[in-house]
Amino acid sequence: MPKPGSRRSRMMFSVDRPALALASLLLSAGCAFAEDPARYVIENGAIASPLTGQPGDPARGRKIVAERQKGLCLLCHQGPFPEERFQGDLAPTLAGAGSRLSEGELRLRLVDGTKVNPETIMPSYYRTDHLQRVPPAFAGRTLLTAAEIEDVVAFLSTLRDEAKAGNPSKEAK
Amino acid sequence: MGGRASAFLLVGFAALGLGLASLSAQTADAPPSDRKSGFDYMGPDSQAMQKDDLSNPGMLGVLDGEAMWNAPAGTTQKSCAACHGDARESMKGVAAKYPLLDEATKTPIDLVGRIDQCRVDRQQAAALPREGRESLALTAFVGLQSRGMPLAPPDDARLTPFRKAGEALYTRRMGQLNFSCAQCHDDNAGGHLGSAPIPQAHPTGYPIYRLEWQSLGSLQRRLRNCMVGTRAEPFAYGSPEFINLELYLNWRARGMEVETPGVRP
Repeated sequence: MPKPGSRRSRMMFSVDRPALALASLLLSAGCAFAEDPARYVIENGAIASPLTGQPGDPARGRKIVAERQKGLCLLCHQGPFPEERFQGDLAPTLAGAGSRLSEGELRLRLVDGTKVNPETIMPSYYRTDHLQRVPPAFAGRTLLTAAEIEDVVAFLSTLRDEAKAGNPSKEAK
Repeated sequence: MGGRASAFLLVGFAALGLGLASLSAQTADAPPSDRKSGFDYMGPDSQAMQKDDLSNPGMLGVLDGEAMWNAPAGTTQKSCAACHGDARESMKGVAAKYPLLDEATKTPIDLVGRIDQCRVDRQQAAALPREGRESLALTAFVGLQSRGMPLAPPDDARLTPFRKAGEALYTRRMGQLNFSCAQCHDDNAGGHLGSAPIPQAHPTGYPIYRLEWQSLGSLQRRLRNCMVGTRAEPFAYGSPEFINLELYLNWRARGMEVETPGVRP
């Protein structure tokens, strides 16, 4: 778990230092996910601040959520994706997620859901440590980049008005 | 990664062999009546395919295995049958007990390992590569001789530490996606990963003919599929980890009916 504030991230740096940002971009060009996780602070069950300086894009977020190779979300969650067949039923529906949870709460659940529930089956999409037997091809890589997390948060926040569609008893999962 | 990995993921979790049940309470100690084989999940077509020996594609492997059983092998030019006679008698119920303790090494040995031991020591033949067509055929033929009988892992105290090690693996989170076997196959058995039902992971039909593989395959191959699905580095074929896991899974499924050769999606 990156201890909040313990690691200086290229991401955060890049906001102030364009040269470093460029270097970081070049370094990561060959391996899109191999960035040091941006630092973040967990407070009151949420990560209030975005992981990047750029606001997330809901349209890109929707695509990530629906892509089984990328977000993997629909393997476990159902949601308002009429075009997607074979949605799983292991986790709460994504419908109404934006009503049930704040952006910061959504962000924490994506970054590291074990901070909400240590037993969760939700993979931590922005964590590279405390994992076992990760093959070299995936080692040190987060499931999503900081920018992709922000895209997904932005998209999920648009899923409103269906709070009652959720399954509160499975919320913790 | 992309298509291939996602295919692995989808199927990766799909069918370790077995069953539906309430979403919550699948445990190692579930009473026998609550345990379900992967057979119970399948559609009527796949069930019929397994039940009819003329349409079960795994039976082709069994026939190959029977031919191997009777064929002279190695420098001794002895067949399995030369020592063991009619497998229908001598191998009845044998596969249902494996893995068991190898008295020579005091470690667990699985059926494939025992067959290899026999080939190398008694027949003076080369060991059969794990997961090769011949190894699968012979284990399917020997396995068939336990079909319909209960899985009967030996209650041998010397196996306990190995079985415990297998249980520890079963409950250990692994891979980039950070799942344990138990989180899906105990806690969420009966649920759906994508469209695939999550079975209870009782290894009743191995080696199985998996339609997705278009071939026979061992429990270890199936376990490797699951590990790749969770983006974990799979254990090696024949590794102590897999044999310990198999010990635990068989213990967990003890008393369930052997289906070899099972058919699975």
